[in-house]
Amino acid sequence: MSDVPISRRSLLAGAAGVLGAHALQQVGAHRGNGGAPGGAVAPDPTKIPGAPMRALGQRSPYEQPRRIVTQDSSLTPLQDLYGIITPADLHFERHHAGVPAIDPQRYKLLIHGMVERPMVFDLAALERFPSVARLHFLECGGNGTLSFRGIRPDFSPQLVDGLTSTSEWIGVPLATLFREVGVKPGATWFLAEGGDAAVMSRSIPIEKAWDDALIAYGQNGEALRPEQGYPARLFLPGWEANANVKWIRRIEVADRPFMTREETARYTDPLPNDTARMFSFVMDAKSIITFPAFPVVLPDTGWWEITGIAWSGRGLITRVDVSTDGGRSWAAAELQQPVLPKCHTLFRYLWKWDGRDAMLMSRAVDQTGSVQPTLDQLRRARGAGTSYHFNHIRAWHVRSDGEVFFGLEG
Amino acid sequence: MRGVAVVLIALSGWGCGRGGRGGAQPGLPPTFGFGRSATAPEIAAWDIDVRPDGLGLPPGSGTAQAGAAVYAARCAMCHGATGTEARWPYPRLVGREPRQGFPFGRDPRLVKTVGNYWPFATTLYDYINRAMPLNAPGSLTPDEVYGVVAYVLWRNEIIADTAVIDARTLPQVVMPARDRFVVDDRGDGPDFR
Repeated sequence: MSDVPISRRSLLAGAAGVLGAHALQQVGAHRGNGGAPGGAVAPDPTKIPGAPMRALGQRSPYEQPRRIVTQDSSLTPLQDLYGIITPADLHFERHHAGVPAIDPQRYKLLIHGMVERPMVFDLAALERFPSVARLHFLECGGNGTLSFRGIRPDFSPQLVDGLTSTSEWIGVPLATLFREVGVKPGATWFLAEGGDAAVMSRSIPIEKAWDDALIAYGQNGEALRPEQGYPARLFLPGWEANANVKWIRRIEVADRPFMTREETARYTDPLPNDTARMFSFVMDAKSIITFPAFPVVLPDTGWWEITGIAWSGRGLITRVDVSTDGGRSWAAAELQQPVLPKCHTLFRYLWKWDGRDAMLMSRAVDQTGSVQPTLDQLRRARGAGTSYHFNHIRAWHVRSDGEVFFGLEG
Repeated sequence: MRGVAVVLIALSGWGCGRGGRGGAQPGLPPTFGFGRSATAPEIAAWDIDVRPDGLGLPPGSGTAQAGAAVYAARCAMCHGATGTEARWPYPRLVGREPRQGFPFGRDPRLVKTVGNYWPFATTLYDYINRAMPLNAPGSLTPDEVYGVVAYVLWRNEIIADTAVIDARTLPQVVMPARDRFVVDDRGDGPDFR
């Protein structure tokens, strides 16, 4: 370890750039992540009274983590986060016609179709039902596209996989609402429709409602943020984010899927055998090392803790293996508690760097025995032209000069 | 070749295995009595979806000839004069290449269009009606939506420019990619697919 008493996170570069605009983060003094103090800081803070209380807290001016905003999404700065919770203001975004402004007093959720009692629930009614709170990741089905096509060495974890975030979600089980309206026999699907300008809609197998689907209105101790579906959204643990319809205003129960644009023209996965997979909801087992990773520069050989996150839409992460030699040998990483189903899981691996070129990789295994595939395995199974569900193993090339670049095996 | 009917039968059975879980739960009342009954007018006002069997299609009709003017005025600024000129992020609507096979999984250079990738013509009505045009969503009349649907189908060489598209004819339009979609066959465990 370096003699300089620096915080691990102090090494991580700010995310305030755009694609490819990161500068290498040379380690020296504490840099924070891109911020600068708004005013003069006393040479000795113990000699002057501190600031008063305030009604709404703010981050230290030295800490300014930012989403990267692209044409159609904004990306969570995975390399700037501690632990598994994503601060709500850093949760990734993907909208299909912008973020609607919705008055909670006028909000209503309509449930109709193959039900005994078509009903309308306002927000107060939804919040009056027995509620549940669960920690789950939410990942866009297209997360990692840039690690499959268009790979560049100057990609940070945020650019590679920033379309995943984890929150505590609070809401009412959809099963409770379905019992309230009385789902008719023979119902097998439901349409979930949003109140945004796209009136975004997806068909969902009704079994997911009986299993673990929520109508969520809370996120990390507060109401949903507008970008996450305020005042209420569908939440489908472990399933691709697009199906977790935000700003949900209507559910229609039916005996077949509706074949909306987002489940036919989009969010389908072409395969090498001239077909395309549809309704591929479950997010496969996956992991990514978030330290060390571009744009970090390791200043020193010796002990470094490799850290990252792993997750699976099928349940618990049971194992993460780490390789420092490009996949020739693997060793089990330590899983940081809590390890929760369908949730980001932190992993750690203590590594003594000898100063030579190294290729860092991580490989997640979930409770069903599903193993994160290599890029080659994914290409063979799904084809070079496939879309969505890019869960192959990611790699970081640590060069002998300490610079770290995104790369792939070999 | 797989027929879409087979796909739909398989899909309709998705939830049957452990279904029927709408019964009372131990420790919970059968219902709570929260919420209120929905009125027929408020259901009708929001029930805009259109299914492949045509359920949800409104009265009205259009042809490619009639839709061309609507397309030019409301759609072309993003999707291009003929539907082939759109540049990212606006999707290209028109194109049948490659005419043989469905090699999207093998060739990342292929551009997915309505003509070569969309499996259901009814999806066009549903989507245009709910979400288009981007700067004024939900502003087209049923006749205008039918006309734009007909125009896009005609440009993709799927119907004739004189064909009348309405609630009866649209579900009968067979899209070139109709038989290409399969239900998710990934499962739990080590077999990566």
